[in-house]
Amino acid sequence: MSALEENTVPVTRKVTRPAFHRRLTPVAIVYIALAALLVVGSVLVGLRGEVLLDQAGILNIFTRATALGLVAIGQTMAILTGSLDLSVAYLVGLTSLIAAETMGGRDGMIVPGVLLALVVAAGVGLVNGLVITVLKANAFIATLGVALILRGYLEDTYTGPAGDVPRGFQHLGYDRIGPVPVAALLMLAVAALSWWYLSRTRPGYHMYAVGGDIEVARLSVVPTRRTIVTAHVLCSVAAGLTGIYLASRLGSGAPYVGTDAGYDLESIAAVVLGGTLLAGGRGGVVGTIGGVFILATLDTIFDDLEVDPFFKDVVRGVVLVTAVALYARRMTANRARGRLT
Amino acid sequence: MTSGIATNVRLTGITKSFLGVPVLRGVDLELRGGEVHAVMGENGAGKSTLLKVLAGVHRPDGGTIEVDGAEVSFAGPADAQRAGIAIIHQEFTLLPHRSVAENVYLGREPVRGMQVDRRRMVADTRELLDWLGEDGIDPTDAVSSLSVAQRQVVEIVKALSTDARVLGMDEPTAALADHEVELLYDLVRRLRERGIAILYVSHRMREVFDLSDRITVLKDGRFVTCAPTGELTSEDLVRHMVGRDLGEYYPDRAAPDDLGPVRLAVRGAGNDRVRDLNIEVRAGEIVGLAGLQGSGRSAVARAVFGVEPFTRGVVEVDGVAQRVTRPRTAVRLGIALVTEDRKGDGLALRQSVRDNTLLVRRAALSGARSRAKSDVKALLDMVTVVARGEHQEVRFLSGGNQQKVVLAKWLAVEPKVLVVDEPTRGIDVGAKRAVHELLRDLAKRGVAVLMISSELPELIGMSDRILVMHDGAPAGELPAGASEGAVMALATGHGVGDAA
Repeated sequence: MSALEENTVPVTRKVTRPAFHRRLTPVAIVYIALAALLVVGSVLVGLRGEVLLDQAGILNIFTRATALGLVAIGQTMAILTGSLDLSVAYLVGLTSLIAAETMGGRDGMIVPGVLLALVVAAGVGLVNGLVITVLKANAFIATLGVALILRGYLEDTYTGPAGDVPRGFQHLGYDRIGPVPVAALLMLAVAALSWWYLSRTRPGYHMYAVGGDIEVARLSVVPTRRTIVTAHVLCSVAAGLTGIYLASRLGSGAPYVGTDAGYDLESIAAVVLGGTLLAGGRGGVVGTIGGVFILATLDTIFDDLEVDPFFKDVVRGVVLVTAVALYARRMTANRARGRLT
Repeated sequence: MTSGIATNVRLTGITKSFLGVPVLRGVDLELRGGEVHAVMGENGAGKSTLLKVLAGVHRPDGGTIEVDGAEVSFAGPADAQRAGIAIIHQEFTLLPHRSVAENVYLGREPVRGMQVDRRRMVADTRELLDWLGEDGIDPTDAVSSLSVAQRQVVEIVKALSTDARVLGMDEPTAALADHEVELLYDLVRRLRERGIAILYVSHRMREVFDLSDRITVLKDGRFVTCAPTGELTSEDLVRHMVGRDLGEYYPDRAAPDDLGPVRLAVRGAGNDRVRDLNIEVRAGEIVGLAGLQGSGRSAVARAVFGVEPFTRGVVEVDGVAQRVTRPRTAVRLGIALVTEDRKGDGLALRQSVRDNTLLVRRAALSGARSRAKSDVKALLDMVTVVARGEHQEVRFLSGGNQQKVVLAKWLAVEPKVLVVDEPTRGIDVGAKRAVHELLRDLAKRGVAVLMISSELPELIGMSDRILVMHDGAPAGELPAGASEGAVMALATGHGVGDAA
């Protein structure tokens, strides 16, 4: 059919690059939004004759970002793999108690306390992962079930704070370099390590593959079960680190320290705000950290402005919905372009 | 790396049963390096099973597989891969958000120390792309930025990256637009020149004749014949596949006194994608709409059905001017659209045959008309669906049966105007014939049918008139039985000239 050939396009034709503003990745948008928020916040707080980014303000933002950041890093891995973890909030409380009770005020027990908390966390992650892969339960339900089990245990066993963290270990929660807490730097180090893991190692590649399309991954002989279990173990270990950090700040363990802060939904919000697809397969830790800092900054601004807490939630909700709608628009725009080429 | 060494694979007397039902009953197949070997047969003839036996997905119950003269046995796909055999599945197996190189080496990423050796991955992918002459695809491009044809190239590179010298392709053109098919041809020919043995499974007669060196025909799991392509005609092939002489391919056209009044009339209509349309379809008439991909064929269908409505001009149904601005209005007026993408737009795949059949009736009609005791069984019989029952999920049906369910869904609302877009894409010869007969049957009962198809023989065989689109506007109209050349001349904008 030679007549057809005139209308053919070479396979190798380059797709024209979209305009600059369309090329912005979600990660870039997050950090631009963060910068804009800092500017707007500074102005608003400045109108009241105060300074947003003074020593106390910076400290406040970093402190808020540390705990949420750790949980959200783990949540990023679960979500990228096409899963999600609703049990993190209770796990934070549980691990804070395990760490504080094992330490029992003794300096010598710091290392065993930390290790035990992490081992228990990893065990919970393993259960999550196995329930999802072997019993084939939907991740939402599986982790919700594990969350309920943890809640039952916590409610049955504890009535309030318990355990005692030795003074030496409280340095982790309170030491800082200038206005930046040491723990925040450690959180950022964990983030860097996770970034490396996700974007440079085979298991990391496989998380993107499983989250992107589990069938494709399976056909390409990616170990899908192992990948999902690994993601859940790492997610839970990250929650365990959060529990340990919070124990150090509180001086004891507290059963509801994770749920009071709403780390389950808050961490998912941070991940999605950071541009990771809730369905998995696209996104990363860098965006998540941006999302975490946006949420932390918002809270700090609201504190400075003494905003009604209910109004606070309204604004957070609006921010989240706007962000997701923005990403969704970009996705459909990309798809439409893909179809036309 | 893939070298120029030719590989021969010989399958002898392959048998395979599933749950006691024989699917392959002694099939012989020989693949030679540098040769395209087509396998044809109706759905259920055993083509896919044969492909999976070759790929090590299924173990044959009997028979032997030899690679370069040595007998082998594959315990799994990995074994077949090691023997240099790779299969390109019908559905794409690519991750859109990942780069080309990441997709090519998915699951087999080269590592250096603890890290993925990205430099090597990109370099190796580039080498393979260059080897194929596809240097316009960059290994670091995201797959989502590539065209469908380019994705197919990536799919092929992915297969070649396992050092494959035998490549099985299952309906490789199913997802491609017309102009992309030509590109695939070119690619297949290049692979052949480089000594790759290709097993090409396709329903499309023309492709098989254009591309293959030899053709093997299967029927009901049996080997029927294997012959050099040059020694077969399409009539031979159909006879071998169906096991009977189909004789005349298409049902009789409408006689002049079969035609009733004009049911659908489009006058001077247009929108962003099409313009200056004047179409009349009479009761009892099948009007073919021809054109290249992107000529606006499907846009006409979508406009008539109110998905992307006309912004200018008049649409009349049974002589009354109507404003069709959304599908709901269209359905109420008696207009139905069988879309091009059966799985995407046509069916709720996880719902039952029954629910799909009643989908439109329940959704679009109100009151008594929707509750009217509907004889789903009669509808399904009419379109000759073969399913395990009304409650079987549609996704488990073959393509042909799925398409029949789509047709049943529209018949359930008794349309006056039926627009069908690629009604026989990807379905086997038998089902195709059933769909053709059904369309003609509907026309005889007074339905006005507007039919779009990329397969010119089908379009010409079925249509009482052919309207050809070019670049968003009508390029001309041809009578029944016009030649392919005449249609193509109009479709490519060469005017009527000598062709008509």
